[in-house]
Amino acid sequence: MERFTLLRMRTNSGVICMIFVLFLCCTTGKCKLQETKPTNSVSLDTVKPYPNDIGEPQPYPEEEKGKLPVFTMNYSRIQIPFEFTLWILLASFSKIGFHIYHKITIWIPESCLLIGIGLIVGGIMYSVKEEPPAVLSSDVFFLYMLPPIVLENGYFMPTRPFFENVGTVLWYTVVGTLWNSIGIGLSLFAICQFEVFDLQDINLQENLLFASIISAVDPVAALNVFEDVGINEQIYIVIFGEGLFSDAVTVVLYSMFAFLANMPAIDSEDVFLGVARFFVVGIGGVLFGLLFGFMAAFTSRFTNRVREIEPLFIFMFSYLAYLVAELFAISSVMAIIICAITMKYYVEENVSQRSCTTIRHVVKMLATISETLIFFFLGVVTITTVHEWNWAYILFTLLFAFLWRGLGILVLTQIINPFRTIQFNLKDQFGLAYGGLRGAICFALVFTLGDTINRRNLFVTASVAIIIFTVFIQGISIRPIIEYIKIRKTNKDLNTINVTIHTRTMEHLLCGIDDLCGQWGHYYWKDKFKRFNDRFLRRILLRDRKAESSIVSMYKKLELQNAIELLDTTMGDISAAPSLLSLQDEKKEASRPKKKFKATDIKKMHDILSKNMYRIRQRTTAFTSKHSLPDDSQTREILIRRHASIRRSLRAESFREQPAQNISKSLRYYSLQPGGNLDSALPLRRRSHAIPEVDRLRSSGVSPRSSSRSLIPMSKLNTIEERRSPVEASVDSTHPLEPSSTEDHLDEVFTGSRVRGRRAPVPAARRRGPNRVDEDEDENVSEGQGEERHLPPRGWAPENRDLGANEAGNSLLRPSSLRSQRSWKT
Amino acid sequence: MGSSRSSLRGVPDGQQLLQETGCEPERSGRLGWFCLGLRSEDLEAELSENPIGDRIVGAFFQPGQETVDFPSFVRVLAHFRPTEKNWTRDGVQPEPANSRNRKLKFAFQLYDQDRDGKISRTELLQVLREMLGLQVTEEQLQSIAERAIQEADLDRDDAICFDEFRKSLEKVDIDHKMSVRFLE
Repeated sequence: MERFTLLRMRTNSGVICMIFVLFLCCTTGKCKLQETKPTNSVSLDTVKPYPNDIGEPQPYPEEEKGKLPVFTMNYSRIQIPFEFTLWILLASFSKIGFHIYHKITIWIPESCLLIGIGLIVGGIMYSVKEEPPAVLSSDVFFLYMLPPIVLENGYFMPTRPFFENVGTVLWYTVVGTLWNSIGIGLSLFAICQFEVFDLQDINLQENLLFASIISAVDPVAALNVFEDVGINEQIYIVIFGEGLFSDAVTVVLYSMFAFLANMPAIDSEDVFLGVARFFVVGIGGVLFGLLFGFMAAFTSRFTNRVREIEPLFIFMFSYLAYLVAELFAISSVMAIIICAITMKYYVEENVSQRSCTTIRHVVKMLATISETLIFFFLGVVTITTVHEWNWAYILFTLLFAFLWRGLGILVLTQIINPFRTIQFNLKDQFGLAYGGLRGAICFALVFTLGDTINRRNLFVTASVAIIIFTVFIQGISIRPIIEYIKIRKTNKDLNTINVTIHTRTMEHLLCGIDDLCGQWGHYYWKDKFKRFNDRFLRRILLRDRKAESSIVSMYKKLELQNAIELLDTTMGDISAAPSLLSLQDEKKEASRPKKKFKATDIKKMHDILSKNMYRIRQRTTAFTSKHSLPDDSQTREILIRRHASIRRSLRAESFREQPAQNISKSLRYYSLQPGGNLDSALPLRRRSHAIPEVDRLRSSGVSPRSSSRSLIPMSKLNTIEERRSPVEASVDSTHPLEPSSTEDHLDEVFTGSRVRGRRAPVPAARRRGPNRVDEDEDENVSEGQGEERHLPPRGWAPENRDLGANEAGNSLLRPSSLRSQRSWKT
Repeated sequence: MGSSRSSLRGVPDGQQLLQETGCEPERSGRLGWFCLGLRSEDLEAELSENPIGDRIVGAFFQPGQETVDFPSFVRVLAHFRPTEKNWTRDGVQPEPANSRNRKLKFAFQLYDQDRDGKISRTELLQVLREMLGLQVTEEQLQSIAERAIQEADLDRDDAICFDEFRKSLEKVDIDHKMSVRFLE
């Protein structure tokens, strides 16, 4: 019942939203109609005095002159910003509207919805006989609308998978787009030769130009589907990279062909020059991008006193890269993408947490605005412009677009498969080919074609047709098709619980092995780059190269976040209590009679498992959903849990005798390179520079392990001091250092931790209730007394490899976080 | 890339390795450029986001070892080659690493951390905990584990031994689920 009312409320608010949206459009439309009236009256008032001077008789001059207008309307003054704002508001409201009906966004890609709304608005405008605002000129598009979109593409690109597949991605993008453009252009030119279609005035250059425009793919919808279906990472990154770079390639081709289209004739020399220009443009773009990226990174090294304007540097430098590249007519899109990729790594280490968040949010915001506006505009323009419909041209364009893309993928894959470790099979290729939807860039490029192209309207119509076709038909159908061709063989209800669990474990296992293999395949180059990076780049571009700046700062931030969350949420302490519970249960189980499970229980279990088991390959999806910020809650949970489990085992192990071998093994687990972004506060750290970092950390006595969330046994200081010796012994045994420095550090640690050694607030509502907390306390106290508390071996067995000796590890973060809190001016 | 040209020469006991695992070091040389051994943190860094990452890494290391060298690494990876269909058990050759049995054994050892040959309830609970999100309450976890053991445990010892494990997965296509394609 409650759900029903909720649904009704939601439908109501959705309806209200829609109505409001439509209302807004009407006012926009009507405003223009009325605009002439107020200006007329105003001008009437001002014009009058002049005839006065000339001496003509005027009616009632005194009344007109002295009056102070109480209420006037001057629309023309604010017209442009006003309409711009209204458009954006309109688009944003429609986005809110979509997400209320969450199910819609699963089946219909967001681009569809935006175009749909644009069509509606266009329809309204058309019916009130209005012209759409003529804002989408070539300059506006290229200088204002395109940069945010490509900046977002570059900034949120997952660098590691990308660089591992960079050859493949570039191959598909560059050669693929070329293949498509030339293929489609030539075929269309062939079609134009037939007299019956009345297309003979379109020459080869114009055909090529048009073909290059419609080769730009925008696979956002495809990406969303692929994520949900769980397609493998390789396909994913190829499509993603393709979407990214095809913008660049298309813009280059477009400018080349536009230039050629204006020339009367082409000879072979021009073709050769064209090819050369292509390379110059591409490589030039990369160089410019690198230059500005490094400049931005270097600047960010010094901005720690002016934190408020840190994001500004990022945006200004990227935009500058774009503009300077435009100045030299080289690929500005490449420049800005490379700039974003380069600077992201260093900047995110240098700037403060808040700036980092701000940058990410603003980048996403600008890109969303831009793209939404373009799609909107597409919808409106579709209805309101003059169209030239030529069945033959348009149908053949559609046909050739499909054909050449399919062929292209097939041929390209055949050529590149031998060079790849993980090869693409036919299903993958189908996914790649079908996922090539056209999007915003295509429309914008065609709309900004100059009027020198005599069949411009035909081109506009044809592009719009293609875009609408691919976005709607392909976008909506791609999900069912992909799911169909990868059909599951077993119905999950028929699986036993065992099978479900075990198969998921195996999937994780396979994913892990896959990652390892993938990782080590490129180790050679990565190692070289890593060394170069560490020796030169980091020294120059990063403000503090100490250990503080990477793993430890990450842990610091994690701690801070945990501390904040502990106060806010009731996520509960997942560390100590579960193990205790299992301990208790262990004893009770023997006595408890076997529970019988009903069928409904089993069904519920299956539901729980399917909803809550962590999905594999979360890494790629974390970066690529275009309309939202990366979602990292799963990653965060996994990492937090790993922290907690390691800490738990620390405590358990610290009260036992350690065989000598375990000590050396124990320092192994320095993991937790966060792949995902932890709530956008932590920089992306996918580098394996953890290893030298870790050495440095070890030498400074800090163990890079953290998590403050567990209850810390702080009751008896003497017991902790007792434990110092094994701690020191272990630390010293692995590193020949002055014990004094370690001691001091540990000293500081322990006093620090004692000062802060309150327990986590009890209201962190455990799933197990407060009595567990007391038991935990008792447990710890008694353990603290050195009592040989017998913990069940099996429960702790998985963690007996972990560090027992360095129990200080969990609280070693305190002093650093204390320090960090001082330095943080947030 | 230099790594792709490493030949049998560079790998100690290359021939023996080939025989044992069926992986050609040339091919799998692309995997690595191991001059020294790998330590677990190198592997861990890679698998930080995998919920059972530390278990996977642990499976590479023999008890007591701190580094893994190339042959050991390859031996473990050999489990993941696609199964050969025409291998028959003739009792003379040792079972190849990638047979269904060995794959299952590998998976079993992920659960069974203390190597006592059984998956106890606590071990199962731990794996479940690692693999499920935080919304799942403890009672639910307990019931799931209980049910899992009930289904599979045939000899009523409240734990799943390897045979029971294998039996419960007899309908599943292990070869597909536990093979990495390129290791051929």
